[in-house]
Amino acid sequence: MKKLLPYFTLCFALLLSSFIARPTADGYQVGDKATDFKLKNIDGKMVSLADDKTAKGYIVVFTCNTCPFAKAYESRIVDLNTKYSPKGYPVVAINPNDPAVAPGDSYADMQKKKYAFPYLVDESQQVARTYGATRTPHLYVLTRQGNDFVVSYIGAIDDNSEDAKLVKTKYVENAMTEILAGKPATTNSTKAIGCTIKWKRA
Amino acid sequence: MSIPKSIALAASILLSAPTFAQNVAVVKFPELQKRLARPSDTTYVVNFWATWCAPCVKELPGFEQLRAANAGKKVKVLLISMDYASQLDKKVKPFVKQRGLKSEVLLLNESDPNSWMDKLDAKWSGALPFTLIVNNKTKQRATFEQELSQAELTAALQKFPK
Repeated sequence: MKKLLPYFTLCFALLLSSFIARPTADGYQVGDKATDFKLKNIDGKMVSLADDKTAKGYIVVFTCNTCPFAKAYESRIVDLNTKYSPKGYPVVAINPNDPAVAPGDSYADMQKKKYAFPYLVDESQQVARTYGATRTPHLYVLTRQGNDFVVSYIGAIDDNSEDAKLVKTKYVENAMTEILAGKPATTNSTKAIGCTIKWKRA
Repeated sequence: MSIPKSIALAASILLSAPTFAQNVAVVKFPELQKRLARPSDTTYVVNFWATWCAPCVKELPGFEQLRAANAGKKVKVLLISMDYASQLDKKVKPFVKQRGLKSEVLLLNESDPNSWMDKLDAKWSGALPFTLIVNNKTKQRATFEQELSQAELTAALQKFPK
């Protein structure tokens, strides 16, 4: 029995680590400073938040090619960029999925997209972990404060993923109206159904 | 037995086969919430899934196995489909039938997750699959916002009364 003890300890440690290694609900809360990143765009260039000196903020959205909910929201994400980029808040899309798990999310597949905004690959998945993104789509509004970017909104795009025409509450747009007016968003954190981020298998 | 009669019998058996597939009830959140709040000594294993969610579909056999392994015990497996209600006949029912799912399947017909998700469990951020194990009598509760292997699922249920 004594000889077995190290094995049990090891098993227990492995079991424990399998939970710890997984990303948790931690990550950014509204009010947190977002650290900048340097990720490769589908045009091969590296993109950082600091690049665009004129940006008042960003609408950062973790999304992908393959998730049905990400697909359902694709045109609405394009619309957000069309509407808020001229107001100083361009969209930055980040694909955190491991293409080994989600084959349609390879860099080559991402390059088929023709967006007016960056579509970045989070190869190490570190940015998604830092933000606390758990699903696609998962959206964060960042607002510039000096050289920092502060998280002003986290969550859903609107209240109806199936049909844009049936949307009653446009969560992001409501938040953006207040943020653009220099006020904190009344509803600054919302939930939505989405696909789990396809984390690299350990 | 005459030939026409045996044909009729065979046909009736074939035609009645679909009725073996369970019906999928469509529920609204308050109904689900009420059901999960019952002061029961049964341990509920509640899995939120969708036909379009690959990791969900992959782990479903694990829940079916868990149900079979705990038959006759105070364990109830509930599979809650997050497919759109418009997909009930097109996707969900055929899927349930084709996979021969024996655990009770419900379809949660709510379009705005933000209106109910925190009431179900604040720890759920919205990613699928999501699994909640709850026993109201012992006030135990565990949540998993990830795909569970058969071993992980069995281990999670170990801590609950059966």
